[in-house]
Amino acid sequence: MPEQIVDLQRRYFLKVSALAGVGLLVGCGWGAGAPSLSKAGNKRQALVPNAWIRIGEDDLVTVMVKHSEMGQGITTASAMIVAEELEVDWQKVRAEIAPADPAYKNPAMGIQATGGSTGVHTSWEVLRQAAAATRELLVAAAASTWGVAAKECRAVSGTIVHQPTSRSLRYRQLLEKAATLPLPQNPALKSHEQFKVIGKPFPRLDTRAKVYGFAEYGTDVRVPGMLTATVIHPPVLGGRVKSIDASEALKMPGVRHVLPITAGVAVVADDFWRASKAAEAVKVSWDAPEENLRLSTERIRAHWADLAKTEGKRVRDQGSVDSAFAAAAKIVEAVYELPFQAHGCPEPMNCTVQIHDGVCDIWVPTQNQGSTQAIAAKVAGLGVDAVRVHTTFLGGGFGRRFSVDFVAEAVELAKQMKAPVKVIWSREEDIRNDHFRPASYQAVRAALAADGAIKAFWHRLVGPNEVDSIVEILVPAIIPDWVPRPIKNGASKAVIPVGKYAMSAKYATTHAGTVGYAIDNVRVEYINDNPGVPVGPWRAVYNTRHAFVVESFMDEIAAASGKDPFQMRYDLLKNAPKLRTVLELAATKAGWGTRLPEGIHRGIALDEFDGTSVAMVAEVSVNGKGVVKVHRIVAAVDCGTVINPKIVEAQISGGIAFGLTATIKSAITIKDGRAEQGNFHDFPLLRMNEMPEVEVYTVPSTAAPTGIGEIGVPPVAPAVANAVAAATGKRVRSLPIRPRDLI
Amino acid sequence: MISLNVNGQAHSIDVEPETPLLWVLRDTLGLTGTKYCCGIGECGACTVHVQGKPVLSCQVEVQEMAGKQITTIEGLGGPLADAIRRAWIEEDAPQCGYCQPGQIMTAAALLASKPHPTDADIDAAMSAVLCRCGTYPQIRRAVRRAAGR
Repeated sequence: MPEQIVDLQRRYFLKVSALAGVGLLVGCGWGAGAPSLSKAGNKRQALVPNAWIRIGEDDLVTVMVKHSEMGQGITTASAMIVAEELEVDWQKVRAEIAPADPAYKNPAMGIQATGGSTGVHTSWEVLRQAAAATRELLVAAAASTWGVAAKECRAVSGTIVHQPTSRSLRYRQLLEKAATLPLPQNPALKSHEQFKVIGKPFPRLDTRAKVYGFAEYGTDVRVPGMLTATVIHPPVLGGRVKSIDASEALKMPGVRHVLPITAGVAVVADDFWRASKAAEAVKVSWDAPEENLRLSTERIRAHWADLAKTEGKRVRDQGSVDSAFAAAAKIVEAVYELPFQAHGCPEPMNCTVQIHDGVCDIWVPTQNQGSTQAIAAKVAGLGVDAVRVHTTFLGGGFGRRFSVDFVAEAVELAKQMKAPVKVIWSREEDIRNDHFRPASYQAVRAALAADGAIKAFWHRLVGPNEVDSIVEILVPAIIPDWVPRPIKNGASKAVIPVGKYAMSAKYATTHAGTVGYAIDNVRVEYINDNPGVPVGPWRAVYNTRHAFVVESFMDEIAAASGKDPFQMRYDLLKNAPKLRTVLELAATKAGWGTRLPEGIHRGIALDEFDGTSVAMVAEVSVNGKGVVKVHRIVAAVDCGTVINPKIVEAQISGGIAFGLTATIKSAITIKDGRAEQGNFHDFPLLRMNEMPEVEVYTVPSTAAPTGIGEIGVPPVAPAVANAVAAATGKRVRSLPIRPRDLI
Repeated sequence: MISLNVNGQAHSIDVEPETPLLWVLRDTLGLTGTKYCCGIGECGACTVHVQGKPVLSCQVEVQEMAGKQITTIEGLGGPLADAIRRAWIEEDAPQCGYCQPGQIMTAAALLASKPHPTDADIDAAMSAVLCRCGTYPQIRRAVRRAAGR
């Protein structure tokens, strides 16, 4: 029996009732008894006033979340926004990850997807409106029931109260009546002074499931009759299967099939251990492109060093850069290099697919429902509407799960097997076949006047553009297959909001050159060169490379002109009040300029990501062996209205941990056409004993909220590198920082 | 057939004896709270208790486990477990949550052997479990809170 819905708008009835029960329900259960995950597909009556809210006759309010939950807290934030305007108690609120449906497109991307720190800022207005309209609808329903004026009624804690008589009705008692009334348009929104939920440290909705171990991730999915597979990908980039000898593997217990698929070789068994043991026994010979066999970090670096001697595309050219350099009293210049980086999601890439009766069901931890649906439809040979995406919890995303390569291979395999298949990559396959944060080679130069003032700033960046890969992923989901490629490329510029940046080199160099600093003459050049290493978005995307270079180089300029790094930045930010405020707040809280214990030194850096500004001060010591210890990081953040201060703090401190792994621990290097690292022994992640004390301060604001999931990463590396320079006199120009470079 | 005792329940398991305990828990018994992350004993996500001691379930063969008391996140109970979960909830420790069963099993073993750990004890024990989301500050606070500090 499907859920019986009291529908206000027929199209939502069709959508939600057809889809009820497929989304991931994030139960609150705060303080409740035994843990349980209630399913959405109950048989109770529910009021569904719009695509975002469902009120059940059990008085529970379910909020549909258009984003994936990968730890960033979007389910809790979305539910808080609704709870605020709908006037319901937190214990009564649930969140559900939306199924793939046009109603849940991310307006910043033109597709249903999670990335770019867009979750809260694209949900804020729409959820407030939806919740406030629902509240006014319930007020109207109560007023009509009592035959009184709506303005005499008020919503309080899931109840409508008639103030003159103190009569009250709970929301669940108003569902039938509300369903007969029109949804109010242009509802009144609360002012910031009226907020009781927004800005408070409400407990996350997903914690309970995660501490009892019943939160369901992709690897946990079980479908009756399911086989489990793992995939062997080509060891050398761009390789293809030449021949397979599976004779030994097929003798092993529980092994069903060993077969070539587009991405490599699939080993199908009754369970994962048997599949992975068998995969070790499969002998595959591969064809690999000749040039890729010689591909290495050293060769890529040498090529980029040559390219960096040539002019790039001018993506920013402001003022008279050439004459400013000609007239300079002093020129400071440096070359910075950044390596490829893996995402290292704790949950390896995986996807479960069942194709039956013309329907393709996909259970997947994905950041990209839209592209999942599009690629699955294409591979399965079905219409997009025949693909149902069930988003599980994500065991880490960080941009890796924006790609849908692991979806395509699982669908291909399920189609061939004619049985449900769960594909799980081994950790080694996960790291070696990552879509890495691009490496880059960056030359910077500044022209200084006699008094040390910066007269010109020049930045030439060489490296791949991960936006190319983002567009590759998004275009098939947005523009139909039959559109010829050249038209598609052109059309995507118009269709994909991100495309308007992506197709120029501009986006790849966002913030390169300067971050809000008042410098008259600035030139940024970009040389887009992809050596054939798969790249993709990695938490904070471009900012991680630009912030390291620009913010380290600002300290080099300060040193060359005898200025204090904080004061120089402060003076240069005269036209960037938000950045100036966070810089000053971080410096004040960290006690910039005060004495530190012997051996500890400070570094400062800042960045902004889509409207959120962050500054950080790192306190660092370097021992006699060149080992860097980060003792404390103080961060100041302006992300507009804070929805949940605990989540803001967690995202910034989490970003700091993520950034520190890339700063002092790990990198991906290429040798003989393959990533040299494959697991956490050679791509080590930061551990607790390396985690500094973190303090996070937010700037009070009533502006619309901006994203918080990524901006914690970019300032970390330059803040630490600047502190290392203060401690040792040695300037760090490549990452990760290696002890041997500091002694 | 291998006799296993998991969360107080007896099971007879028919798998290759060298199968890691992790995969028997996950695929044979359907106890998916214990997570696969690295498979080489580096990350701690698969931590369970064997005879009350923390063990990396991806690193032990199921045949070594016969006759031993195994506890997973699903079976972790009692006053200490309650205090830990309450502290984890109050500190909102998890982000993505994938490593948290391993974190909680490790914290439970720490607090069972050292009810009043110092900060150094906490860092030493909890550094066995990687968290890519970087929830370390929240976990530090949660362990302190569970220890009554």
